[in-house]
Amino acid sequence: MKIGVVTFPGSLDDRDAQRAVRLAGAEPVALWHGSHSLEGVDALVLPGGFSYGDYLRCGAIASLSPIMTEVIDAANKGMPVLGICNGFQMLAEAHLVDGGLIRNDHGNFVCRDQKLRVENTDSAWTSDFAVGQEITIPLKNGEGGFIADAETLARLEGEGQVMFRYVDVNPNGSLNDIAGVRNARGNVVGLMPHPEHAVEAGFGPDTDVAMRSGVDGLAFFTSVIKQALVNA
Amino acid sequence: MPTIVVEVMPKAELLDPQGKAVAGALARIGKDGISSVRIGKRFEITVDGPITDAVRAEVEQIAAEILSNSVIEDVVGIHYETPAGETH
Repeated sequence: MKIGVVTFPGSLDDRDAQRAVRLAGAEPVALWHGSHSLEGVDALVLPGGFSYGDYLRCGAIASLSPIMTEVIDAANKGMPVLGICNGFQMLAEAHLVDGGLIRNDHGNFVCRDQKLRVENTDSAWTSDFAVGQEITIPLKNGEGGFIADAETLARLEGEGQVMFRYVDVNPNGSLNDIAGVRNARGNVVGLMPHPEHAVEAGFGPDTDVAMRSGVDGLAFFTSVIKQALVNA
Repeated sequence: MPTIVVEVMPKAELLDPQGKAVAGALARIGKDGISSVRIGKRFEITVDGPITDAVRAEVEQIAAEILSNSVIEDVVGIHYETPAGETH
């Protein structure tokens, strides 16, 4: 399976996302924002970073990139797309997921190992989790406050489109402690925390077992690989 | 050359952490009369030709779809300014 990772000007975590794809057992394909080719990939990751210096709005200019025409088209046809942090902001700006991300309510950048509760596993990227499971993956953002109007929020909650919720601490003022959502179809998932930073023992968050041993992020990537095998 | 000014503000019902931080700083230096501050954006757009209805329609579309995100912001004003001495 080939999973494309799109690099935008100002992407930071594209290489980490490629590495996560490789460790999960798929072939990462580096894609370029200025291209119109998805190079035959089976799924896509929009990585974290600060594309275009967060000018205009986080993810806004990147969402107008040439390759986003193909990304949006593929997403609408059912290709699995995962947006992480800045990638989540791009998904929101491209209207591939509902809601928006605004500056953290406390005004500060936050960087921490964040506990999340898996609220729903019915998506291309979450089938290897269990509903109610608590996971810990790194979070690092300045504008991660998830918001949506009351009607949209009720629909996201009612339709099971809230995938992850912050546990213990709401780090950015997100409504209903929402850390990640999916589109109605379930192929597009966006979240602020970074699963690609918790995929290899020695480099992940601390756990009760050992320092830096957390690999809770790996299941995002193994989930999409398994789905591809099922569909093959 | 005509200038088009587009003003965008965070939605009134949303917390504006930037404005809140500025209001907090003003209170700290003794500017007691100020109760709140909200921070928005002003875009100055220049066009080569006269401001026609087609230009106005295009600017309104750009303002609504690109310069602002209607989930989190409102376009609160679009002003068309022609420098003194010029006509269009």
